Amino acid sequence: MRRRYLALKLESAEKFEAKEFLDALWSAILRLYGEYGASKTGLALVDYDEEGGLAIIRVAHTELEKVRAAIATITDIMAKPVVIHVLTVSGTLKTLYKKIGTDIKRQSAQ
Amino acid sequence: MRRVFADLNLQPNLGDIEHARRMIFKASELGYRLIAIPVLPSSSLAEKYVQQLRGICQEKAVDFASRLNLKPKTPRELLQLLRRFRRKFEIIAVTCESKAVARQAAKDHRVDLLNFPFTDLHRRFFDKAEAELASNSQASLEIEIKPLLTLKGPARIRLFSALRKEVATAKSFQVPIVISSGATSELLMRKPLEMAALTTLFDLDKPSALDAVSKYPLAIVRRNREKLSPRFVAPGIRLIRMGEDCH
Repeated sequence: MRRRYLALKLESAEKFEAKEFLDALWSAILRLYGEYGASKTGLALVDYDEEGGLAIIRVAHTELEKVRAAIATITDIMAKPVVIHVLTVSGTLKTLYKKIGTDIKRQSAQ
Repeated sequence: MRRVFADLNLQPNLGDIEHARRMIFKASELGYRLIAIPVLPSSSLAEKYVQQLRGICQEKAVDFASRLNLKPKTPRELLQLLRRFRRKFEIIAVTCESKAVARQAAKDHRVDLLNFPFTDLHRRFFDKAEAELASNSQASLEIEIKPLLTLKGPARIRLFSALRKEVATAKSFQVPIVISSGATSELLMRKPLEMAALTTLFDLDKPSALDAVSKYPLAIVRRNREKLSPRFVAPGIRLIRMGEDCH
C-alpha cells in the first residue's frame, strides 16, 4: 500500500500533547467518515513536536484528500481553538523532512 | 501553468482595520493571490475603506477586489440595487432568500455570485430552473466553507446533502462553482487545497474544486474589471484610440 506523509502545523494560543492532537484527528475522521471510512485511512502519527506545534502523520495515498478534509474541519482541541494546516505532503519521510527543513523531536505516539 | 488561488469572501470586522490587516496577511501566508472583501455600500465610507484595504494588500503583493453583498427582499429591490451599485464594485453577490429573487438574480447578467442561506435549507432555491438561467447569464454558484466548519451533527449533514444536490445540478448545467471561505477570523481561514479537499464532502471532483478556488474567481474579477474599464464598449470590443490619437 502506498503511503503519503503529511507535515501539519497547529496554530493555537495553547500547546497540545500528541495524544490530544491524535484524538482530535481521529474524532474528526470518525465524525465525517464513520468507522468504515476511518479504517481505510491507515492513519498513524509518525512524529510530534509539542513546542513547535508540528506533527507528521502517515496516511494511505488513496485517502489523502479525505484526511485533508477532516484536518480542515478541526476547529478546536479539548475546547481550545486551533487551526491545523497541511504544510506539505510527500511520498517519503526523508523528502518530507527535507521540505519542512527541520528535525522535530520524536515523542512516543499512542 | 501554476494556479493562482483566490478567496472572494473574506469577512473581517469592518470597523477594525487591524483585524482586516491580520486576515489579509494570513491570506497571503496561506497562498492566496487575490482576495475580495465585502464592504457596505454607503458611498463615502466604502471608497475610503476600499483604498485602505488595497494599500494593505499591496504590502503583501495580494490583489484586492471590491465586493458588495446584496440581500434584497424582492426582485424589484434587486434591480434597483444593481442599477445603483453595479458600476461601483468589482464583484456583486446576491443572497437569495426567496424564489423570486433567486430567479431574477440568476437571469441578470449583472450578478456574479449566487448565495443561499445555510441556516434555513428550505430557502436554498438552486434547482434546475435556476441553474438554466444562471448558465445563460454567467452567474456562478458560491459555496461558503465557513458553515462546514461551524456547524456540527445533523445540521452539517443536511447541509452536505443540500450542497451535493446543488453541485450536481450546477455541473449538469455547466454553472461555474466558486468556493470561498466566508471567514470572519483567521481561525476560519484555510489553505486553497484544504478548501478544495472539503468539497469532496459533497462530491465535487478535485479538478472542479481546484477551478472553484482559482480559475472561476479570477475569471469573474477579470471580466468585471474589463467591463468597468473606461475603454470597455461591449464584450469583445474595447476602445484603443480616440480623437487625435487615432492617426
